[in-house]
Amino acid sequence: MNTATHTLDHHDGHGQHPTGLLRWLTTTNHKDIGTMYLTFSLLMFFVGGAMILAVRAELFQPGLQLMKPEFFNQLIGVHALVMIFAALMPAATGFANWMIPLMIGAPDMALPRLNNWGFWLLPPAAMLLTMPFVLALFGIGDGAVATGWTLYAPLSVQGGIGVDFAIFSIHILGISSIMGSINIIATILNMRAPGMTLMKMPLFCWGWLVTAVLLIITLPVLAGGVTMLLTDRHFDTHFFNAAGGGDPILFQHLFWFFGHPEVYILLLPVWGLMPHVLSTFTRKPIYGHTAQVWSFIAIGVLGLIVWAHHFLTAGLPVPALLYFMYSTMSISLPLAVLFFCWIATMWRGAMSFETPMLFAVGFIVLFGIAGLTGLVLADVAADAQYHHSYFVVAHFHYALFAGGIMGVMTGVYYWLPKWTGHMYSEKLGKLHFWLTVISFNFTFMPQFFLGLAGMPRRIPDYALQFAEFNAISTVGAFALGLSQLIFAYNVWRCVKGGEKASDKVWEGTSGLEWELSSPPPHHSWDIQPVIKTP
Amino acid sequence: MSEATLPPPRRHGRLVVRLLLLAAVFFAFGFALVPLYDTLCAAVGFNGKTLKDAIDAKDLPPAAVNYNRKLGVQFTSTLMPGLPWEIRPLEPSIEIHPGELRTTRFLVRNLSDKTIVGQAVPSVSPTVAARHFRKLDCFCFKQQTLAPGESREMALTFIIDGDIGDEISELTLAYAFFPAPNPS
Repeated sequence: MNTATHTLDHHDGHGQHPTGLLRWLTTTNHKDIGTMYLTFSLLMFFVGGAMILAVRAELFQPGLQLMKPEFFNQLIGVHALVMIFAALMPAATGFANWMIPLMIGAPDMALPRLNNWGFWLLPPAAMLLTMPFVLALFGIGDGAVATGWTLYAPLSVQGGIGVDFAIFSIHILGISSIMGSINIIATILNMRAPGMTLMKMPLFCWGWLVTAVLLIITLPVLAGGVTMLLTDRHFDTHFFNAAGGGDPILFQHLFWFFGHPEVYILLLPVWGLMPHVLSTFTRKPIYGHTAQVWSFIAIGVLGLIVWAHHFLTAGLPVPALLYFMYSTMSISLPLAVLFFCWIATMWRGAMSFETPMLFAVGFIVLFGIAGLTGLVLADVAADAQYHHSYFVVAHFHYALFAGGIMGVMTGVYYWLPKWTGHMYSEKLGKLHFWLTVISFNFTFMPQFFLGLAGMPRRIPDYALQFAEFNAISTVGAFALGLSQLIFAYNVWRCVKGGEKASDKVWEGTSGLEWELSSPPPHHSWDIQPVIKTP
Repeated sequence: MSEATLPPPRRHGRLVVRLLLLAAVFFAFGFALVPLYDTLCAAVGFNGKTLKDAIDAKDLPPAAVNYNRKLGVQFTSTLMPGLPWEIRPLEPSIEIHPGELRTTRFLVRNLSDKTIVGQAVPSVSPTVAARHFRKLDCFCFKQQTLAPGESREMALTFIIDGDIGDEISELTLAYAFFPAPNPS
């Protein structure tokens, strides 16, 4: 069935749209907005990457060579904020914009104008976050936020103007994300094609539905927390000032009430797209659709009640420690269900290893390491040693680079032919995969051992015995960073032209999105498809 | 799969309003956590927080001093940055029976040539003991002003509840003296 090409006549007025810059500024088309989100994300991925390469260069050798500790502190904090809020989250939102309407048979997102606004709030927010770097060059202020991305009080109460810029940036990013989430929930709940019940809905949409609910619940708490920080800084309140009756630990509670679900916010869209990719390249139906839906929901709910495991060493009483340890560990149960379903989907399938499948399998292995080391960190007794060490850094990069970013790359390679109508270069894709996976492990595997040996994170200098592993890690990081240029080139090349992609693109795909042409017309599903009950 | 006719236009207003309300509720929840956190910590003694206000001697349980049991109590004190004072407990370590009323003193001296206002913040460890540490009077209940070079003995009168758990035999009360944020 291919309804796409002749549907344009139903929409005379929508056929023309402004061209050039005005098109992108004023667009309400979900595909245009999805493209903008993804482009912005890629750009910021390189910005955040450049920052951390400067950090790794400083850490290449013990001693201080390249920068002052203050600047080092600014780089690590802004790197994290950029990667989380400006690279990973927009990438997932870009996927949602592009794919959810195509997957559920909707003509567009539910609230197209809000959608446009949601995107165009991002560039100013990213500018606010990074502007203090530039201002410092002109002698204004002392640079960007230097507290690490967690903005812990009382350090953030004492910090320079960079903290204020970060606070307002977080406000704007939060508003943008909440608008995006409302839009996605409204689209999913109200605009599914007739016959597509919630339980029949594709898993990618389910992952995003849970993510969107988590965002609406947790982002306002962070917004409240940083607002208190702002008033503590400038308006004589004492939310986090012990002398004034406040409590600095309260900030950690407020921050991580958002911060822990944020991990699942970043990962759920990836977990949602993974089964589609695995099913396509094993030519088998997804194993355990219902089980995966309930696992998403269980992880979302559990994710909301385990936040204090991020500060198990802050002096919590024993009953609280035990509660947060056991509840954290219980998250591994629904996650194990997901891993089981992924592996069972591949089991005895007719597998082929195109680039998206390579990334998907790499994701499963490396994300598994993230999960297992997370269990170690959740252990109260062990955490006393590992807390704030490089073990933690390695753990969350296995979760957020191997789990998050490699997951996003899986999606990009998988859907790029659908978006552009061209095949990417399989040869470059495979090269990119192998370079990424090898250099990633070179970068972060040594950090587990550095952490076990006692190297603290967020320090620009280190003791001599850590020198070799840091040198290896830095070489790995530069290889990892440079490998991503292949990715950018491959995407660019694919957008510009190349071998024509068929509508179905992959042999083993199923789902509404593959019934449209590649690329899909500017307006798709003007006439809703009907899902028949088999 | 087949094609249907044009779908009826959907109204999203009600859902959007509900979702916005949900966001607003959680924004408020963030602020509600501030008193909730304090109340919870004080109620169950999490975080080593003692009660902020004095209790009246009348409210104490009938004085049943348990002479069969002894508790070690240690006092420590630290100065936070920006407070050029000196502070030390006059009795760093005492022994006390549960239910016994006791007064102890800290010597505080202003080393600078300026009048400075300070605020002491207490913390009890082990944290679960905090709610059994009842203060009848304490210099930490209000801000303390010291003239240049002035030194003063500051008093703390307290009682340790008879129902404090048997597993506790030693506890520590630590004071951190801060420069008062907005001197009254």
